[in-house]
Amino acid sequence: MSFQPVKFYQTGTFTVGNRLLPPEQRSVQSQEKRYNSINSGHRACQGCGEALGARYAIDAAMEATNGRLICANATGCLEVFSTPYPETSWQMPWIHSVFGNTAAVATGIAAALKVKRQQGERRNIRVVAQGGDGGTTDIGFGCLSGMFERNDDVLYICYDNGGYMNTGIQRSSATPPAARTATTMAVGPEPGNVFGQGKFLPAIAMAHEIPYVATATVADLRDLEAKVRRAMEFQGARYIHILVPCPLGWGTASHDTIRIARLAKETGVFPVFEAEHGEVKSVLAIRRQLPVEEYLRPQKRYAHLFGKTPQVEVIARLQALADRNIRKYGLLEGN
Amino acid sequence: MLKQMEGSRAVAEAVALCRPEVVCAYPISPQTHIVEAVGEMVKDGSLSPCEFINVESEFAAMSVAIGSSATGARTYTATASQGLLFMAEAVYNASGLGLPIVMTVANRAIGAPINIWNDHSDALSQRDSGWLQIFAETNQEALDLHIQAFRLAEELSLPIMVCMDGFILTHAYERVDMPTQEQVDAYLPKYEPRQVLDPADPVSIGAMVGPEAFMEVRYLAHAKQMEALKLIPAYAAEFKAVFGRDSGGLVHTYKADDADTIVVAMGSVLGTIKDVVDEMREAGHKIGVLGITLFRPFPITQVRAALQGAKRVVVLEKSMAIGLGGILAVNVRMALSALPIDVYTVVAGLGGRAITMRSLHALFRKAEKDDIDPITFLDLNRAVVDKQLERERATRRSGPAAEAILRDIGVVAAKLA
Repeated sequence: MSFQPVKFYQTGTFTVGNRLLPPEQRSVQSQEKRYNSINSGHRACQGCGEALGARYAIDAAMEATNGRLICANATGCLEVFSTPYPETSWQMPWIHSVFGNTAAVATGIAAALKVKRQQGERRNIRVVAQGGDGGTTDIGFGCLSGMFERNDDVLYICYDNGGYMNTGIQRSSATPPAARTATTMAVGPEPGNVFGQGKFLPAIAMAHEIPYVATATVADLRDLEAKVRRAMEFQGARYIHILVPCPLGWGTASHDTIRIARLAKETGVFPVFEAEHGEVKSVLAIRRQLPVEEYLRPQKRYAHLFGKTPQVEVIARLQALADRNIRKYGLLEGN
Repeated sequence: MLKQMEGSRAVAEAVALCRPEVVCAYPISPQTHIVEAVGEMVKDGSLSPCEFINVESEFAAMSVAIGSSATGARTYTATASQGLLFMAEAVYNASGLGLPIVMTVANRAIGAPINIWNDHSDALSQRDSGWLQIFAETNQEALDLHIQAFRLAEELSLPIMVCMDGFILTHAYERVDMPTQEQVDAYLPKYEPRQVLDPADPVSIGAMVGPEAFMEVRYLAHAKQMEALKLIPAYAAEFKAVFGRDSGGLVHTYKADDADTIVVAMGSVLGTIKDVVDEMREAGHKIGVLGITLFRPFPITQVRAALQGAKRVVVLEKSMAIGLGGILAVNVRMALSALPIDVYTVVAGLGGRAITMRSLHALFRKAEKDDIDPITFLDLNRAVVDKQLERERATRRSGPAAEAILRDIGVVAAKLA
């Protein structure tokens, strides 16, 4: 990893005290002159993981580009809660076109910027595109894959909360197995989302062999900042997939967003790693492995697994998926 | 400079003279030769600086165009038919955002059944998208209209479709007068966007607007389109001053001043119609033509002025409003409201069906006697249709209608006339 190991500065929880770090190693958010790219006053729900992830990711990208950054945003919660005219939270040039074309809009921005540089523009302005998992893994997938394949100079960030939360919590191709959504109802013989489907987009991004792919969660915000900073060191297509718990959609307490995100990582449900040119380069190791039940139980979207007759088999299948992640990405190594 | 060249090549060279900065390309017949030619100029360095982007769909083509135009780059793309429908969501978005993208539509039918040949169904399906739509009659006009389109789009901050008949114009080799770079530079000023994504002056583009202002924002789109009705004649006059020829404008009449019967049409079929009218005039018929160059905004006042002296109007259109009749005809009727003029709708040339002089002679002569139906399908093979309808009455599982009709006709190759 390109930042100081977390363990060394442990302060009794899993966080890092910025005061213990030399100034150059402090987080972007700890700085008095942070960019506040997405300003306060927006309409996100209390405890929104997406708002938190976006704030850290975009401010880190702004820091890496000295504020010379343009943002393209897909339709979705992030777009809606941050902008209704005449108000906007965005302290940066920002465009929303439609739901499924954000990666392509970003390609157009990057192309225009390239021409402007050839015409004498001296600033090196970069582009970031962002959307939720619906806008990324479903409706925006074609444009995203095209952008990857052309290796356009765009950093695409997906905030994955496992469903269409803006439209009322429907299933997306990133909704995990067994999870209850408005379209994978917790009824019938196999309640919740089906097994064996869904896309893990980071792996698909890696298959395009683009310069940089990373996953992150809002539980490890230093890691997220470091990955955004690293992404901005590359030219070409880059992809960061951030797991962002949604209190509304997941049925979790607002104050548990970071804890739930950490449980996703510590159970192996969500592997945190980074890859360059299609190869995994590093993983964020599990510090203290926990059974998936610890992650599932606090979430009402899995409540049907813990009723009068606990769905032991389903929980075991989910545990097997986590175990596979742990094996596949070597998440226990180095401990 | 006079050159003999394919219509697509002529458009590509005209577009290149306009110094586009971003061009997105996705192949679809009959548009493809245009972007191929532009792409070659970018690749060999003769059009520079310009980014030529091979996108993965028409939806991406229009979306890339939205991004580049919002970043202040002069942006061009081309499409046709299914491609235009596939990008439709982004087409509406581009106009809603007020981005002056210029797009050639090489007019082609829309499936099913799949058909690559010319009619106007594609462009007219987007008539309410907020884009200006101009229709070229000849390759020279197609070339000229692209130069005017960039000027107009950028002045109004609205996107424009320059429509030219697929194959009939795009693939026809004709003599065109290609302007010089100096002429185009003198005519077309540098693009100065009204809104641009710039870190030095950050704006949010494309945020949500609720009921409190949506009507006003949409009305503004209408009001801005209507401004084009004044700008286009002025730009056409200026074009004549720089390039020395008439091109563009709103509508064009031909032998219509004393005509009892006026035929209204758009695009390349106007040439055939004028030839028929010439012959009928020689035989003493009082018939004339109104060619509509600008379809959106619809030049309602000019159309009314041009037609109000006629006894009857025959709107011959390569499009159809299924369940109603014509699309162009409905617009013309709007222009003629409360006037005692019979308006006949003639749907012709769908899917590349040739519109022949012989058919037009017969049609116009019958129209002069008010002996045609209010809605006529020119050269429709009624027997084949009736046979299929009978088959569907007799058999529940009658199969694909298109296949059955072709089996009845008994030819595989297209029989045009």
